[in-house]
Amino acid sequence: MKIVLEHLTKRFPNRDKKKEDVVAVNDFSFEIPDGKLIGLLGPSGCGKSTTLNLICGLEKPSGGKIFFGEEDVTELAPEVRGVGMVFQNYALYPHLTVRQNIIFPLQNLKGDARLSREEMEAKAMEAAGLVQITELMDRRPGELSGGQQQRVAIARALVKMPGVLLLDEPLSNLDARLRLQTREEIRRIQTSTGITTIFVTHDQEEAMSISDSIVVMKDGVIQQIGKPQEVYDHPVNLFVAKFLGTPPINIFDGVVKDGHLRIGEEDVLDVKGIKDGEVIIGIRPEGFIPKENGRLTCTMSALEVMGRDNSIVSTHPLCQNPVIRSIVQADDVTGIRDGKVSFDLKPHKVFLFDKDSGEVLSFENGR
Amino acid sequence: MKNQWKAWLYLLPSILFLGVFMVYPLIDVLIYSFEQGYNFSSQTYSGIGWYNYAYVLHDPYFAQALKNTFIIVIITVPISTTLALLISLGLSSIKPLRDLYQTIYFLPYVTNTLAVGLVFMILFKKTPYSDGLINLLIRAFGGASVDFIDGPYPAKMFVMCFYTIWVVMPFKILILTSALASVNPDYYKAARVDGTSSRRIFTKITLPMIAPMIFYLVITGFIGAFKAYSDEVALFGTDLNAAGMNTIVGYIYDMLYGDSGGYPSYASAAALILFAIVFTITCVNLMLSKNSELF
Repeated sequence: MKIVLEHLTKRFPNRDKKKEDVVAVNDFSFEIPDGKLIGLLGPSGCGKSTTLNLICGLEKPSGGKIFFGEEDVTELAPEVRGVGMVFQNYALYPHLTVRQNIIFPLQNLKGDARLSREEMEAKAMEAAGLVQITELMDRRPGELSGGQQQRVAIARALVKMPGVLLLDEPLSNLDARLRLQTREEIRRIQTSTGITTIFVTHDQEEAMSISDSIVVMKDGVIQQIGKPQEVYDHPVNLFVAKFLGTPPINIFDGVVKDGHLRIGEEDVLDVKGIKDGEVIIGIRPEGFIPKENGRLTCTMSALEVMGRDNSIVSTHPLCQNPVIRSIVQADDVTGIRDGKVSFDLKPHKVFLFDKDSGEVLSFENGR
Repeated sequence: MKNQWKAWLYLLPSILFLGVFMVYPLIDVLIYSFEQGYNFSSQTYSGIGWYNYAYVLHDPYFAQALKNTFIIVIITVPISTTLALLISLGLSSIKPLRDLYQTIYFLPYVTNTLAVGLVFMILFKKTPYSDGLINLLIRAFGGASVDFIDGPYPAKMFVMCFYTIWVVMPFKILILTSALASVNPDYYKAARVDGTSSRRIFTKITLPMIAPMIFYLVITGFIGAFKAYSDEVALFGTDLNAAGMNTIVGYIYDMLYGDSGGYPSYASAAALILFAIVFTITCVNLMLSKNSELF
């Protein structure tokens, strides 16, 4: 089902009554195409979970509208919207077996929608089959591992075959290995059911790896929406650039003068079509080419060998990060000499941002 | 070996204390209860056997005390627990003035039993000068006044149960409100997303989640009600046998120190009978809670 948010806003009254309301979600407008997997991404407290609760219907918006398909669901209660939700801590009822947990939503159906015992059983088995937990049906949640509980929670959310599936921080309670596995699993379930799925995460890697699109948020405001690679390659502002990517982007203070981009005394890149002045430079870790007499010289601190590629750790007085991390080919360690390392930069991995607003400044490479 | 010595050394104070003040008296009570015609001052007895138990079980005062105790237990435990649950549910669903209400409901817990008894006397007692507040109310609605303190048995029992419920409820409310507050709100959110009716939320989610606490309250409630004594004294004075409102613990006390007292053997036998009753009921309670579907 297609989901459209129009100027969605949610304000919470401030605990200190004299102060202004807290705007958790500010003028949200975007459209989620049918059958896509969308990642809502942002740091803690940016309003992602509130957005999810609004879409789910657990919270009423202060302004704006929500459409599922053509239907305006803004005023509808959660159960009428046809959403399934998986909570961060799974919220499985500990006194019920897996089977009873999955059947629970079906037992709430009233009137014509009411199902017979056999039908409920069949639907529960179908949902359980989807997440591959059919052999665990008679256990209690306490007897399951974190990953299995997660699957049960997804099965419970799916059992009514909702038009929309919402996942709140689905992977944050799992250990690292299980997290990798489970995110593939979520992707698989989403693809096989074709249910429009929105999940919330603060982990950019998680969002990038499985989403069709990501929505980057900060302080209740959408920063950028797009395909993960697109957002990574073309961040609209400093926040997005910093938020995406591991290791993080390297930030330098720099100056543009007469078509030269300078970091301190060094002329690191030729730029065209940009006004002179101070800028903030972001360089992706993979944007460095180690080279003898390269244009940017840093002080070498360590070489981290990671097998497939190496990470050169260095420092520079004008770099805002504690250390500069550059990812280079394992055999390419030229340019390191006498405790110094010099690089040339790949122009398409370098972003310039306005010093005050943090907005990206477009430029062309060349003289 | 050296470590074991150390361990025993550390345990010594509490072993001594418990031994002298708990274990020794317990054994002593057991011995007393089988010593026939024990004389406290000369420390002599005429024989050993079940005589004391037979005496106590045939004593009409004990029968009265047993009956009173059972009535109090059976009436007050379920009613106070249910009421406490309803009040806690109410308390946890309101926002404004919640703290105020919580304080009010908790007041009886911190108030002295005798002071509360006095207040109940003023409310219920009929004196030559006044009929008591409750009787005024009853008459205002056209009923005949009743003497709750010195009158018919059902009236006295009503006041007794009313009083007991009122006194034991604050603790239960306290426990249940914190139990309700500790249920993760995500369960309720999940239930809302699934469109669960509030009745079903209560029976299928809230109740099972706080069931351990309810069982705890029922078990301690049973034990507490079986041990009732001071509340009766607060309402009906020290001569409970005359008032017909004695309890088992009251009977034990009377046998030891009362006007007709001085019979530690009878008191010990009655104490062991009480122990047997409480023990049995607690075991039944625990078995029920273990087998319950709610867990």
